[in-house]
Amino acid sequence: MDDLRIIERTTGMNDIKVSARKVQVYYGDNHAIKDVDVDIEDKTVTAFIGPSGCGKSTFLRCINRMNDTIDVARIEGEITLDNENIYDPKVDPVQLRAKVGMVFQKPNPFPKSIYDNIAYGPRIHGLAANKAELDEIVERSLRRGAIWDEVKDRLHAPGTGLSGGQQQRLCIARAVATEPEVLLMDEPCSALDPIATAQVEELIDELRQNYSVVIVTHSMQQAARVSQKTAFFHLGNLVEYGETGQIFTNPSDPRTESYITGRIG
Amino acid sequence: MTDATSPTPSASVPKKKGSLLVADERTKKRNTAEKRFQAYGIIAIGIGLLFLIVLLGSIIRNGIPAFTQAYITVPIELVEEKLDPNGNRDPADLRKVSTFGYAPLIQEGVLRAVQDAGIETELSSPGDMKALYSASAPAIVRSMVLDNPELIGTTIEVRLLGASRVDGYLKGRVTRESIARDKKIDAAHLDIVDQMVELGMAKRVFNWAFITGADASESRPEQAGIGVAMVGSFFMMLVVLALALPIGVAASIYLEEFAPQNWLTDLIEVNISNLAAVPSIVFGILGLAVFIQFAGLPQSAPLVGGLVLTLMTLPTVIISTRASLKAVPPSIREAALGVGASKMQTVFHHVLPLAAPGILTGTIIGLAQALGETAPLLLIGMVGFIATNYPDGIAAGFLSPNSAMPAQIYEWSKRADPAYYERAWGGIIVLLLFLMTMNIIAIILRRRFERRW
Repeated sequence: MDDLRIIERTTGMNDIKVSARKVQVYYGDNHAIKDVDVDIEDKTVTAFIGPSGCGKSTFLRCINRMNDTIDVARIEGEITLDNENIYDPKVDPVQLRAKVGMVFQKPNPFPKSIYDNIAYGPRIHGLAANKAELDEIVERSLRRGAIWDEVKDRLHAPGTGLSGGQQQRLCIARAVATEPEVLLMDEPCSALDPIATAQVEELIDELRQNYSVVIVTHSMQQAARVSQKTAFFHLGNLVEYGETGQIFTNPSDPRTESYITGRIG
Repeated sequence: MTDATSPTPSASVPKKKGSLLVADERTKKRNTAEKRFQAYGIIAIGIGLLFLIVLLGSIIRNGIPAFTQAYITVPIELVEEKLDPNGNRDPADLRKVSTFGYAPLIQEGVLRAVQDAGIETELSSPGDMKALYSASAPAIVRSMVLDNPELIGTTIEVRLLGASRVDGYLKGRVTRESIARDKKIDAAHLDIVDQMVELGMAKRVFNWAFITGADASESRPEQAGIGVAMVGSFFMMLVVLALALPIGVAASIYLEEFAPQNWLTDLIEVNISNLAAVPSIVFGILGLAVFIQFAGLPQSAPLVGGLVLTLMTLPTVIISTRASLKAVPPSIREAALGVGASKMQTVFHHVLPLAAPGILTGTIIGLAQALGETAPLLLIGMVGFIATNYPDGIAAGFLSPNSAMPAQIYEWSKRADPAYYERAWGGIIVLLLFLMTMNIIAIILRRRFERRW
């Protein structure tokens, strides 16, 4: 691994976009997330790494309140987005999710046309006043998803007919179509081959220009390649959080070091 | 560790396996077991098919004759002195002449036709001719005259329904041997019929009246049809569709997508499954108690029948709808929620369209089940004897007394005259055609909805 490059990539301080304080998540009796404090910066890619079952996906899903759909899940503590508590009773999760988009582990395009996949979000949020504007949003989103050239001639073909990598980029394009401020990605490359993974990683780096991106990944190489900040989760605890270069080269916690060198996990 | 070092080479070196070209004992055994199992499967399917063929064959063989009917065409003189003694064609006066006034005219007309055609017979009195045609003939001729008084005084060709014995004779159901002790018809009558058939006066033609007609009294099977019961069944199905589909789908969507998981929803779920297994006659008694005795709705009405069948169908619709909602992958829901759709938008934009084929199939299966249901209808009196044809009859609406196809078939199968037995089979064919149509619609709809994606 090109350690030097990681160190060079260290960026200056950005604004804090999402901030978590003393977050606890319980699935029934199971205490899945314990006392997590983290500040996620704007225009930065933050990677969550850790062994399976460490709670990184669970924590990610707290940021856009996807855990609300699970009956037994209970969340305590405070998560703020631009200094507004997203767990305030006045917050409608639907509005929150328009600001915090999400890309899932398995590509899950709607069983509709490519065009409708992208247009669905803008339509329900009323982002386009007319057909021309909607067309423009669809094109812009597909371009940002780095898939425009591949699908521009078959916008009305079903999205489910694309290859796995194309489907995942379609899902990313769908997520950015609603103009979110934060983009959550839950192992977006785990179902993709190395070529598609490279394309998606390149895309993630580009998305950093406009969004705060949080990515959960099992691949430490991927975390090292795409992220500026890395958080290491273990058994529901946030063990260490810092510059990606520092985490991978000079971890301060022995557990982080063990995981990175392959002794646990 | 000690085991590995101990000198037992025979245990650690695997025995050499035999040639691949020769099947060993175990493989042979497994292959025979598989072949045996396949044979069992083929035998099971064969038995099923055999039963199906026997069933369909007997239904068709017994039921097809109901779709044809013997008619006798004879000229009838409508004598003015008998039908309109005042000669003023006043409808009120014409109505005073009952069917008894028409009966002699028909008897004489038939006798004259027999004699004019040169048919040799020892029967010479007009009254002897009654055995040839349906007892409904006078009423039919009378209504023709009332509709068109101009006919009085003329001689018209009338196509009379053959009596059920004559009909049976033409179809081979009644034979000369079988009528030996029959008081309604003699061999002499059959001689006349034989010659009438040769002369073309008596014919077996397709029986539209069976498909469109109403029930008839015990002694006139030749007049009975399943049409009115069909209308009754159709009205009931409309009620069931209009109630069971929206209620069932709304209930399942709520239970599946919105309701919290707690003891109450668990209880509801268990009870829905239990309701699906409740005998239909229980729903009949419930309908009798609630809709007729408590709510005061009329007896024998398709509305009440439809309500009872709705109760019976709802669990089926709910269970199949929930199953098809469950079958929609959760990733679709997450995708929709992830782009900021509300729960309801998620359900209506994404989940429901994907579940629609399954919901439709379940609903139509529920409807088909309701269409063939007899027991609850017996309890709410949907076996009304409706001898009036639609559309002007009393069987016109949701609240007027009516019958239903399976109840009508049950009624016919109880009656003594073998001609009714034949009609019951014929009714079953009509019912099966209805069910097949519904299943075909279900398949077409499912294809249509699946192709949209």
